[in-house]
Amino acid sequence: MVAKVVTITSGKGGVGKTTATANLGAAFASQGFKVVCIDADIGLRNLDVVLGLENRIVYDLVDVVEGRCRLRQAMIRDKRLPELYLIPAAQTRDKSAISPSDMVRLCNDLRGECDWIMIDSPAGIERGFHNAIAPADIVVVITNPEVSAVRDADRIIGLVEAEERGPARLVINRVKPEMVRREDMISPDDIIDLLAIELIGIIPEDEAVTLSTNRGVPISLDGKSQAGQAFRNISLRLRGEDVPFMDIQEQGNIFGRLTRFIRSGGD
Amino acid sequence: MGTILNRLLGREKKSAQQAKERLKLVLNYDRAALNPGKIEFLKDELIDVISRHIDVDPSAVRIEMAQDGRQQRLIAEIPIKPSSRHRSR
Repeated sequence: MVAKVVTITSGKGGVGKTTATANLGAAFASQGFKVVCIDADIGLRNLDVVLGLENRIVYDLVDVVEGRCRLRQAMIRDKRLPELYLIPAAQTRDKSAISPSDMVRLCNDLRGECDWIMIDSPAGIERGFHNAIAPADIVVVITNPEVSAVRDADRIIGLVEAEERGPARLVINRVKPEMVRREDMISPDDIIDLLAIELIGIIPEDEAVTLSTNRGVPISLDGKSQAGQAFRNISLRLRGEDVPFMDIQEQGNIFGRLTRFIRSGGD
Repeated sequence: MGTILNRLLGREKKSAQQAKERLKLVLNYDRAALNPGKIEFLKDELIDVISRHIDVDPSAVRIEMAQDGRQQRLIAEIPIKPSSRHRSR
């Protein structure tokens, strides 16, 4: 095994980095790969709760780096997906507790033991961000269709290129098809046009995401949800498969379907 | 009232279009690491330098930032005043 290291970052906070890391990790694990998710957001850890593993933390990332435990001891194994592991962030320290070279060393130690290493980057462009992208083979930049998030994504894409970790790939989160249709939300096409990088996923707004984080069960394991399907598709694209982008029209909404039917001239 | 009428007549720009246009501008300046207000200084200095060699019309000078993929380009349009020799003909 020689793992690929994927870092999920965004610049702006609250756009879905942790959700994406958890769901892509779970998607790979459900496809039979051995996955290690690393929470690089030291001081503000959350990947543990999104994965539902918060009660089992003994050691964390900083304990490993500072030699208080072996790497293995800080890897929490998921109960549902035995091939999925989490290395949690320390909660009582800050970003300066580790360095980019610590992250590179840690990932090099893990590379031979798993297939995918998924790193959840903190928001911002400071030390924590540099720690997160230092070992990355692939950087995934996630944004949503808001001007502030797109602007920050552009800044991050530039920084990833400057650090020679590019070209970054883009995920557009929380797209509301109905608003895009009314031209009240900037469309994925326009965002790609502005950011000029390769798109690897569009995730529709989906209430099931909140339910899944409430429960600590990744939505990519939910066969019915659209967001779950979108995450699974991204995992396949990261594996190099050519998966067509799904039609994220609002399904099941009879009014929406009817208006589309009428607008399309009934064909 | 005017806004509602404009909207009904489809004259007002949709908010997504506004978002895109605003983002386009802001990204151009972000990528060039230049504050938008600075471009006026740049313009004045450019006019200053060029005027030493050629007669230009300062009021007609246009400077803008353009995007080409992730590459930025500064485009200056500097109309030259016709020389008096040509005008007198």
